Amino acid sequence: MAQEQVEEYLEAIYDLESRNGSAKTTAIAKCMKVAPASVTEVLKSLSDKGFVQYEPYRGATLTEEGKKIADTIKRKHRLLEVFLTDVVKLNQEKVHDQACRMEHTISEETEDALCRMLDAPAHCPHGSPISPCNKGVGSCAECNSAGKTDMPVAIRDKKIIPITDLDLEQKSRIAFIRGDCKVVQRLSDLGLTLGTTVSLLKKTPMGGPVEILVRRTKLAIDHAIAENIFIESPGPGET
Amino acid sequence: MSGCKECKSCPATRESTLKNADYTIALAGNANVGKSVIFNQLTGVDQIIGNWPGKTVERAEGLLLHAGKRIRVIDLPGIYSFSTYSMEELVSRDFIALEHPDAVINVIDASALERNLFFSIQLLELAPPMMIAVNQIDLAEKKGITIDTGKLSTLLGVPVVPTVAIRGKGIPALTNAITGLMQGHTVPPVLRYGKEIEERIGKIISLLGMVTTRYPVRWTAIKLLERDPVITQIVREQDPGIVETAGVLAGEIESIHGEPVCVVMSAERYQVADRIAAEVISLRAPGEGPQKKSLTDKLDAVALHPVLGYLAVIAVIGGLLVWTFLVGALVSAFLSGFLSQFEQYRPVISGPLMDILLNGAFTGFVAGITLVVPYVLPFYLLLAVMEDSGYLTRISVMLDRGMHKLGLHGKAIIPLILGYGCNVPAIYSCRIMETPKQKTLAAFLVTLVPCTARTVVILGLVAAFVNIWWALALYAFDILLIIVAGRIAFKTMPGESVGLIMEMPDYHVPSLSVVLKQTWARTKSLIWIVFPAYIIGSAIIQAFYAAGLLTPVNDLLAPVTVLWLGLPALVGITLIFGIVRKEMTILTLAVLFHTTNFAAIMSPVQLVVLALVSMLYIPCISVILVLGSEFGWKKALAISASEIVMAIAVGGIAFRLLSLVM
Repeated sequence: MAQEQVEEYLEAIYDLESRNGSAKTTAIAKCMKVAPASVTEVLKSLSDKGFVQYEPYRGATLTEEGKKIADTIKRKHRLLEVFLTDVVKLNQEKVHDQACRMEHTISEETEDALCRMLDAPAHCPHGSPISPCNKGVGSCAECNSAGKTDMPVAIRDKKIIPITDLDLEQKSRIAFIRGDCKVVQRLSDLGLTLGTTVSLLKKTPMGGPVEILVRRTKLAIDHAIAENIFIESPGPGET
Repeated sequence: MSGCKECKSCPATRESTLKNADYTIALAGNANVGKSVIFNQLTGVDQIIGNWPGKTVERAEGLLLHAGKRIRVIDLPGIYSFSTYSMEELVSRDFIALEHPDAVINVIDASALERNLFFSIQLLELAPPMMIAVNQIDLAEKKGITIDTGKLSTLLGVPVVPTVAIRGKGIPALTNAITGLMQGHTVPPVLRYGKEIEERIGKIISLLGMVTTRYPVRWTAIKLLERDPVITQIVREQDPGIVETAGVLAGEIESIHGEPVCVVMSAERYQVADRIAAEVISLRAPGEGPQKKSLTDKLDAVALHPVLGYLAVIAVIGGLLVWTFLVGALVSAFLSGFLSQFEQYRPVISGPLMDILLNGAFTGFVAGITLVVPYVLPFYLLLAVMEDSGYLTRISVMLDRGMHKLGLHGKAIIPLILGYGCNVPAIYSCRIMETPKQKTLAAFLVTLVPCTARTVVILGLVAAFVNIWWALALYAFDILLIIVAGRIAFKTMPGESVGLIMEMPDYHVPSLSVVLKQTWARTKSLIWIVFPAYIIGSAIIQAFYAAGLLTPVNDLLAPVTVLWLGLPALVGITLIFGIVRKEMTILTLAVLFHTTNFAAIMSPVQLVVLALVSMLYIPCISVILVLGSEFGWKKALAISASEIVMAIAVGGIAFRLLSLVM
């Protein structure tokens, strides 16, 4: 099976799974515009490769490995959408389809370069979040300087999530802050330096500010800024 | 958000500094640490609050009399760092470095020692004669945090005094320590950063030998390493080579840490702060069993609740307004009845010029009194209570999302609410916004908020003679208009907007002195600006009136007032008078028509249109003055002109639409 096809399937399963909890064969078939029988074929093969967990009649869910691939593709797709909309100024209706085709062909290096050129956008033009890259950097400035000197950057070994995805009262350490230098500076002046432990105290509805606790201080932070503060994903049971 | 740090009063024309002081000291520290309380404790009532020259940043100073000396106390803005993030930071560091105060008192919050020490470390680099007041030490104790102030003093090499400023504890010790500091101090030891940083600071210091800046050498070196734009520029003018070297050294640090150098420095400072804090803090282990929820947590469960929180906001702001106007109307009626014993305050339009002017001035005075005392004063008093208790920050959080639509963030709710009292102090309070764009935008929207004077017009014309629902509809329409105008202005105005990053202080029982000071600071601007404008403006208008300019003015305005707005021709002059005082519209109407039953002379549609136009057409002359002094005359005129056009356009359309339904 071609890599492109694998990626397309993983993407579809990713979308269905985040919407419904799991991806049913019929739903995938409808999404990919193919017969349910051929979907079953593909799912078996994906399951053999270790990308999905597949149980007949119940549907498919992504494995860690499959999720990683889908995440990367989603990231490329949304970055490309930003590029096509903001830089190339392509007609809105064509952006998605074009990005769908390009996402399979661009290299990781191109992906990074795109991210830097677009100033590390947090959302695609349709409002979906763009996940952070998997580089072992603490801020975008670090990535920028690495880009200039062509310095190789290690892959981040821990999974990171935006602070807004923490459960209430949960604690973790700051791993990466996305955004321009001024905001990063302001946040670090208030005590949000890399490696500092923070906890999420409260979220407000409709994307309002979040309240966090850092160095014995409570701060209310704009939701869009908070979404760019990434922390190490706390393991299950760790609070 | 307690105290005077963002209160805003006094015209720029007033004397902005105390004369004949023997010494000058400055209070510096983070916001919400009780700095203003200490300032109040030290200086008493004799305070001057104004702007830093040429800056939209507040400057508060007062006089401390101690041991026969006159000591000028400057309350610097509450800030978290000495970068160039905001004007407040620049103003503060330049004051300390360039004006050489005889002592700097760093007020720090005992409950958040690390973050406060982060700032203390930067203060120490500026090397003024310095001491530390560890404030709110009682609250920290309650949280199980005990601080060894003696050890802190040894580690930092500066005097440290524990205080509970709100109850006056530690203030005598503080004043003694200040006197001691002014008589002589030892130079505190330098706090060292990591090796790779110190090496590079050392290199830059060795190069700075030939360069003369008015800043301390080590501080200059650190700022060069941090690529501080202001300091870099100063040094570049003398020796561009040093700047280049510093840039290379900064680049080396950046490649070691992989972070912008300013962020590396913040992290370094926090490391030092954490280390010191760990040495001086002893934590009492929390008691057995589940942790008891603090009062703040319990209150926040309601105040920040997705449903209850909004209900609370509506109840509190709505209640505040309703209460103010219910009680205010009673007191106002009583006051004007009382004052009318002295002189009839209906316009005198014949007789000697002096009589006319005096009578005009008196009516202006009465109008001022009957507006400020019953409406504005209680409103601001209650608002200051809310502010000092900590609840206003919760309102900011709840409404942040909505304010985004206007290109502002949650903090802007403070000027907007203040605007319901009087636009003048509300415009001063726009200083709390971060960027120039956000300051201007907030001020523009404040001018659209119906202040008490405009509310009197709406109530007097519409609620009294049409019905209360139309009056409320006007209010609702005004909020809608603020949203629309805000969006348009946000899209068209150049400049940047930043999101909300705000400290959430714990709730506490408001301090009487802070509340009174805050209320006074805000009301004071009414006395210096609004009162004179009322009195002089009223006298001039009275003279106009007596000179028989009424009919020509009305004729001139007739095309707009009669043809487009569908109002009686006589209304023309009342709109002109309204520029001086909005509530004068009603008074003038009564005199011109010889009746206070406006329903007899105007149809409901006309009443609503007149109230609508009065509400929107221009901020009064006091507001134009303040806009001019804060943002420049160009912006003040642009805002005024656009609002006149908007009011006329909206009024005309409303006249045509309302004629269909009413």
